[in-house]
Amino acid sequence: MTTPQCDPNAMTTPPLKRTPLFAEHQRLGGRMVEFGGWEMPVQYSGIVDEHRAVRTAAGLFDVSHMGEFAVEGPGALAFLQSLVPNNVAKLAENQALYSQICNAQGGTIDDLLIYHLGPDRYMVVVNAGTMEGDWAWFSQHAAGKDDLTLVNRSAETALIALQGPRALAILSTLTDTPLGDIGYYHCAPGTVAGVGCIISRTGYTGEDGFELYHPAAQAPALWRALLEAGTPHGLLPAGLGARDTLRLEAGFCLYGHELTEAITPLEADLGWSVKLKKGTDFIGRAALAQQKAEGLPRVRVGLAVRDRAVARAESAIWHGEERVGALTSGTMSISLGYPIGMGYVPPALAAPGTLLAVEVRGKRVPAEVVAMPFYHRPDNIS
Amino acid sequence: MANLNHPSDLRYSKTHEWVRVKGDQATVGISDYAQDELGDVVSLELPWEDAGKREMQAGRHFGDIDSVKATSELFAPVSGQLVQVNEDLRDAPETVNTDPYGGGWMMIIQLSKPSEVDQLMTSDQYEEFLRTQGH
Repeated sequence: MTTPQCDPNAMTTPPLKRTPLFAEHQRLGGRMVEFGGWEMPVQYSGIVDEHRAVRTAAGLFDVSHMGEFAVEGPGALAFLQSLVPNNVAKLAENQALYSQICNAQGGTIDDLLIYHLGPDRYMVVVNAGTMEGDWAWFSQHAAGKDDLTLVNRSAETALIALQGPRALAILSTLTDTPLGDIGYYHCAPGTVAGVGCIISRTGYTGEDGFELYHPAAQAPALWRALLEAGTPHGLLPAGLGARDTLRLEAGFCLYGHELTEAITPLEADLGWSVKLKKGTDFIGRAALAQQKAEGLPRVRVGLAVRDRAVARAESAIWHGEERVGALTSGTMSISLGYPIGMGYVPPALAAPGTLLAVEVRGKRVPAEVVAMPFYHRPDNIS
Repeated sequence: MANLNHPSDLRYSKTHEWVRVKGDQATVGISDYAQDELGDVVSLELPWEDAGKREMQAGRHFGDIDSVKATSELFAPVSGQLVQVNEDLRDAPETVNTDPYGGGWMMIIQLSKPSEVDQLMTSDQYEEFLRTQGH
């Protein structure tokens, strides 16, 4: 049997970064792997168990490898508006927004969240593997602007995600903050198990849940308190493996797969977050407007594989005898019991119900375009 | 690999398949180390239709195993006619995780070169191999 996890180049790559929860992962028997320059747990008890725990009870994720930038001052809003396609001006205080940063060609440098924390105060949350490049991009475009401050708080900020139908019940045992008042994609400052947090009702699993931004030094105490409070509810610590199967079922993009500098947010079916008419220019706007006017060459779709074979990223997508695209992600859907994937195909082949094929180990197996998300949680069929 | 189990009555290949010899037939599966390394097995591609009509060759690819996180290739540890394939694994591939030496067996081969078995590692040699490979 081949063992793809063994990396012969591991000795020659630079040392991996560790989150403040590294020792907790070791204590819990987490299997550590490299991800975006970080040494992260891919699983503890097993991906299937962890995935099911998040869908039926709760899971606890260390996502402290994500980057956080503070953007503050009277020029903060205009600065952010110039960098991202979504409309930051629409954000109320204590509200969060999904957007991207694009290059001049409209390609996606990263996807991110923007929090409006207070008057002229914003926090931008970026992906781990792209953080350094994003920081250079933000710094370059902030240069010479004396009406804002830009601070990289990635190292001092930890992030724990509590996800699943029991998340609210678990978190409410550790905080006085009225969690039910925090709407989806909203946040509130609060204290959880004695740790000052930004409590955000966001996530990457397709379940209800919270993400807790807090000082790195207090991460182990908060992690342990959440584990202890959650265990009676069926909570499991969950690794990057389950995070990936959950986000795929929920139809969320993963940067480096569905999104790259060669893929625009319009192609990625994220047009809902691209506000060409928001009233201010932003980097990539002209290219995106032109692409919208001329039509998209390809678009992201979800595929349900009608076979047992698991199609993976880079599997070719076929329409009859024509190769029409490739998968950007693929896995066995643990909740649905059949393989699923996302990939790019011409718009004419993107309608749900379209029958295509994906190539697995040289064999073409049938796959059907389906609407995303693949999985809907029972209490929300929107 | 503290809690992994590699029974002493089996022989092991460097590609982590095991062999149990009974008379002139060998049962083949993957080791506890291999199933642990793969994680949750979700699908298997074995030579389902080939029993009685295919000669397996030692070291040659005979199937593929999908876990949630990756796909790996399977290699025949010994040569000979394919006698039987474990049909139960079609619908219960997770048996490879839960019972790698029992219900997780994959195929039975009629040994054409029984001396090949002696080339495979004993459990002690296999565990030493895992240690020296940095596993």
